[in-house]
Amino acid sequence: MTNISSNAVSAEREGPLVPEAPQAPGPKAKPAWRSLNFGPRMWVSIGMIVAIAALAFIGPLFYPYGPDQKVGGLYDSPTPEHILGTENFGYDVLAVLMASTRNSLINGLLAGTLATVIGVLIGILAGYVGGWIEEALMGITNIVLAIPAIVILILISMSLQSTDIPFLKGIVGLALVIGITSWPWTARAVRAQASSVGTREHIDVAKLSGARTGGILIFDVLPYLASYVVMAWVLQLASAILAESTLSMLGLGPSGTNSLGMQLHWALAFQAVATGAWWAFLPPTIVLTLISFALLYLQSSLDEVFNPRLRRGKKKNLAKAAERRADAARKLAEQIEGRQEVSA
Amino acid sequence: MGLRRYLASKTVWYLGALVVAVVLNFLLPRLIPGNPVDVIVSSLGQGGASSEAQQRVYEQFMREFGLDQPMWNQFVTYLSSILHGNLGKSFAFYPTPVSDLIAQSLPWTLVLQLPAIMIGWIVGNVLGAVAAYKGGGWDKSVFTTSLVFSSMPYYCLSIILLYALAVQLGWFPPGGAYSLGTSPEWSWAFFSDALQYWWLPFLSLLLINIGGQAVGMRSMAIYELGSDYVNYSRSLGIGDAKMTRYIFNNAMLPQITGLALSIGTMVGGALITELVFNYPGMGTLLFNAISSNDYPVVQAVTLIITVAVLVANYAVEILYGFIDPRIRASKSGEK
Repeated sequence: MTNISSNAVSAEREGPLVPEAPQAPGPKAKPAWRSLNFGPRMWVSIGMIVAIAALAFIGPLFYPYGPDQKVGGLYDSPTPEHILGTENFGYDVLAVLMASTRNSLINGLLAGTLATVIGVLIGILAGYVGGWIEEALMGITNIVLAIPAIVILILISMSLQSTDIPFLKGIVGLALVIGITSWPWTARAVRAQASSVGTREHIDVAKLSGARTGGILIFDVLPYLASYVVMAWVLQLASAILAESTLSMLGLGPSGTNSLGMQLHWALAFQAVATGAWWAFLPPTIVLTLISFALLYLQSSLDEVFNPRLRRGKKKNLAKAAERRADAARKLAEQIEGRQEVSA
Repeated sequence: MGLRRYLASKTVWYLGALVVAVVLNFLLPRLIPGNPVDVIVSSLGQGGASSEAQQRVYEQFMREFGLDQPMWNQFVTYLSSILHGNLGKSFAFYPTPVSDLIAQSLPWTLVLQLPAIMIGWIVGNVLGAVAAYKGGGWDKSVFTTSLVFSSMPYYCLSIILLYALAVQLGWFPPGGAYSLGTSPEWSWAFFSDALQYWWLPFLSLLLINIGGQAVGMRSMAIYELGSDYVNYSRSLGIGDAKMTRYIFNNAMLPQITGLALSIGTMVGGALITELVFNYPGMGTLLFNAISSNDYPVVQAVTLIITVAVLVANYAVEILYGFIDPRIRASKSGEK
């Protein structure tokens, strides 16, 4: 006991081992959001997403051709009038591309949001409430997680194909199927976080002041998970959009609608690649790549904003830090040597 | 003691998952109104077959696939035939057994995926570790390139490579797995012919794998570089070589898991690439089965994908039980 306190005192007397770098005079207090380190990555990815959304939602307002307007034959080359030519059914590729992008984004939003909501709900309940509810929910989650989602997606959408309900065959039905099959990893990750938040003191305070479980979950647990949930949502968006295109290319896409996957599906079915009709398959490929890249890039830059340990400094700063560490190590070694001399 | 309980609980969980997967695999195609045979027979009808012939085909299929039995009996039959390795007969290529179709397709998938995963894993890890360690411009360029490759859908890269390298430049044959007029055989001529067709799909999968592994390894290594034990060891003046080894050991564990898991997703991981290149693997088999409503084949493919993933996950968890001391120490592992 005395040892520890004397050590503490001596440490205090000796002062910090590393001389603190002189602090630059701080600027005037910034608003909280300014101190978030939104790197250039974040802005690049947001810019890409905005551009794609503009293509999907604003583009059709200004483009003279509709996606269901036959304007030519099989794979007409691009002309000034139809800058991306026509696809296999003679529709204008750019018009189809806009409609496809819109449907794919809507599908991603619906499915991704649904998956995130289910995942957060199950995860937060399991993590916070615990007990047999946790056991049961996590049992289900782990089992669904172990079975590859694509398998369930293939089997369900194959059954949906032969139903007579047009709603289920369309983009919304597909989004529902994707949403209810892709929540498990979110649930599992949220549970881990929620159960650690659940042991913090402010939860006890909330309980003592008589808050109900629902209120605690929403006002005292969820805000601590918000950054994580946002990142999970972005990932779910990306994976839902990709799941749609994978299914569509396997021939299980939404029937009678445009989507990026359906566009690629038809392009492959009508040999666009082999015949060199680049305008038919490159645009959806590129848009799909951009969407996926932008969302994952956004997720990784969000991760760096929320998790400073992943942040890399500039090389200059790294070198400085290495210097500081070397300096500290030298000082420490000197001190140890000094003490050894004293004790000897 | 802890280890034994851990292994037992993992075994129970994975058996449970397997049972659920098999039940879903059995049940989902049967949930549709009518049954798969209806779909097949009605598509025959569109082909112009007479109603009498349709009726005969219908009854034969119903008997053959046991669909006139009650559901429970069907399930028992299904289970016992799976256990005997009997995956039924194909609708589209009746009466070819499904296992024959699988046996023709699976090798093509493995030949593409196994080297792509292994080489991609090694190259990706080295790149990622170097990028994390060096930092600066090297890190930036490696990270951005890897991120592009790892985040673009794998089939998009396939399409772009196919168009650029095969159709435009003519360096590779545009699709297929061997020249017309040859058939698969164990001969040097066939091998060298197939190799030409193999390069492009292999490359497209390899690049995606390298990207994914490099991104993962980089962030693991950065995490380790900033951790307390590294700072502490550095302050003690431990040399760079030794530090790199410590960091590497710690960052490797999740990467080894990643390798095992991607070997598990091997069968189902390149479905669309095969489609794009018209490569006769499991993806093409699945696509053709879907478009001809060949339920037995679809069910067999999905079952194989599921079992591969479950086995790989299970193997990883068991391995972890032996490797990771934290699991040995705890009474019951994290579920």
